[in-house]
Amino acid sequence: MTSPVVISPSSAVPLLRLPDFATLSQQIRECGPNEVVAALGRERRTVSDLAALLSPAAETMLPDLARQAALITRQRFGRVIQLYAPLYLSSYCFNRCLYCGFSVDNEIPRRVLSLAEAEREAKILSRRGFEHILLVSGEAPAKLGVDYLEELARRLRDDFAAISIEVQPLKEEEYARLFAAGITAVAIYQETYDRRTYEEVHLGGPKADYDRRLEIPARVARAGMREVGLGALLGLADWRAEGLALGLHLAWLRKLAWRTGLTVSFPRLRPASGGFTPRVMVGEKNLSQLIFALRLFDPDVGLILSTREEQRYRDGMIGLGPTRYSAGSCTIPGGYGDSAADGEQFAIDDHRDLAEVAAAIRAKGHDPVRKDWDAIFQQR
Amino acid sequence: MLEIAGRKFRSRLFTGTGKFASATVMKAALTASDSEMVTVALRRVDLNDPADDIMSHLDRDHFFFLPNTSGARDAAEAVRLAHLARSVGNTNWLKLEVTPDPRTLLPDPVETLKATEELVREGFVVLPYINADPILALRLQDVGAAAVMPLGSPIGTNQGLLTRFQVAIIIEQARVPVVVDAGLGAPSHAVEAMEMGADAVLVNTAIAVAGDPVRMARAFADAVRAGREAYESGLGRRGTTAEASSPEVGLDFLHG
Amino acid sequence: MSASNKIESGAATDQIVIVCNGQERLIEPGQTVAAFIAAMDLNPAMMAVELDGRVLDRTTYDSTLLTAGARLELIRFVGGG
Repeated sequence: MTSPVVISPSSAVPLLRLPDFATLSQQIRECGPNEVVAALGRERRTVSDLAALLSPAAETMLPDLARQAALITRQRFGRVIQLYAPLYLSSYCFNRCLYCGFSVDNEIPRRVLSLAEAEREAKILSRRGFEHILLVSGEAPAKLGVDYLEELARRLRDDFAAISIEVQPLKEEEYARLFAAGITAVAIYQETYDRRTYEEVHLGGPKADYDRRLEIPARVARAGMREVGLGALLGLADWRAEGLALGLHLAWLRKLAWRTGLTVSFPRLRPASGGFTPRVMVGEKNLSQLIFALRLFDPDVGLILSTREEQRYRDGMIGLGPTRYSAGSCTIPGGYGDSAADGEQFAIDDHRDLAEVAAAIRAKGHDPVRKDWDAIFQQR
Repeated sequence: MLEIAGRKFRSRLFTGTGKFASATVMKAALTASDSEMVTVALRRVDLNDPADDIMSHLDRDHFFFLPNTSGARDAAEAVRLAHLARSVGNTNWLKLEVTPDPRTLLPDPVETLKATEELVREGFVVLPYINADPILALRLQDVGAAAVMPLGSPIGTNQGLLTRFQVAIIIEQARVPVVVDAGLGAPSHAVEAMEMGADAVLVNTAIAVAGDPVRMARAFADAVRAGREAYESGLGRRGTTAEASSPEVGLDFLHG
Repeated sequence: MSASNKIESGAATDQIVIVCNGQERLIEPGQTVAAFIAAMDLNPAMMAVELDGRVLDRTTYDSTLLTAGARLELIRFVGGG
């Protein structure tokens, strides 16, 4: 089996060339137990090893994957889990995405927080003890653009050690502006690496361009952000192939942007407005295998588990691979100050507050950390 | 096939031309090594014996010359030597060496980075000789080095791959070819570097001062081929006995 | 041999002194770099010439005159690692 070539070492600007999604699926399914055992035994794992670890043949060896993932996670990250909370700023969105509650066609109450309202929401999170927030909005630059984010970051940077964003794609110079304002990380998910599925679920809006989307994480890195977050929605297409594509994307970014920290999120599709039913079922064992496999493939990647997953699962996974948890999340703009607010992006399944999640992390012998960087160290 | 700055090499063994007993032995050994790229140094013509030109013995159509800047103690001296090398050899390729400490001949990372920036700007194909520092390797790559040449151990020591751990990180992270240089004293050292995934190795002393340099050159050629073959065929299975003693991880919490 | 010795020994002619590779040399005035190299039986294709700190372009050897006090460096490849 040959691993797909993703990088051309001699070219100044290497292009990410992902193999066809069906090819990835097939590469994974061709792996047998021998390949899995070999992959488990290796010190540094190749893309072919990742394929083996994602394969059906690896399912019976899930405890072996878990044990090694736990070992590596402890070595590289220690016994700690980072905590953050999302802050939803706006539910306006120009995109038509079948799976998302904010999709432009959905009849939900739309709202964009004023800067003062956003600040009030952030203060609530700060009082609750959060030091890392993720600013989230739909993709509607006219309603919420880079000026807004820049000003909000300047207002919040004294209250928070770290501010991340998950918003529409921006230009490189815009990311650089936001970095200067105190934003240090950008999450920009491909949602699915399957081009055909991508086109089927992204019916309109700027997000409908697969290749344009794929190029953004490298742009974020070029702009100097400390961290870029990748992700695939689980429930749209073959999760194993999504995992292999994520690995290829990670490996490519590692070569291209060695200064940039990388994270991966694993949003399993939940019921949302618009009534989208997941196209494929991804069970907890599948999700776990994906997390373990990526940890074994890239020992340094941050792995994020959100409140989409329920308490039992999140507690069980502490120490086995994930490094960052959200807590006390509300996915409605204005929802922290006003519990009657309506119009969520997706339903959450772990309703515990920060203290309760922190206690669960401690109970598993880990330290809940609320920050690992202070944006204040950056040049202002 | 190995490719550096657009030039392809069948052999992954680069050889140095120093320290040989005679031009005849050197030529025979380099031929036996199958090397396509040989390093050369720059010196003043000896006016008392101007005909003593050892390099005239080597066919430059067969051996691609990679001039080095050995002797340079800072970036300015290295740049001056680079200009001379370009003129002597009619080549813009350069093995950049900046070694201010005459005792260890360890490379100066700060001056090396400075000189690389300058020489890349001037159009040189720069292969810097460095200590096995992964961040330095990446910084050099970012300013346009065509390859990086981390040392296995201090030059001439024959100590082998003392920097193994650091070199492994460089190999994993670098986008440009990694050529392990200096300190490889035995074919087994070369195998080790190649098995780890080094793109090539550079050997000089170990061949030049061997009892039979020609046979030693052949041994290194075999070693480099074997190491590369092992790397490409997917080496690295570890024994599992040590792992059996680590505790089981409970996955009983999983549903579905 | 000191410079004054050399000058004395050549005093009968109008020879000039240059410094080549650190050694003083007496040469006839009006000699080109190309002629100087040829006189030493060196192959110009296999060396570099630095004159007063500047690397000379090979095509100018014929037209470059050596003047009194010129500092010349003749450089070639030698064995090295």
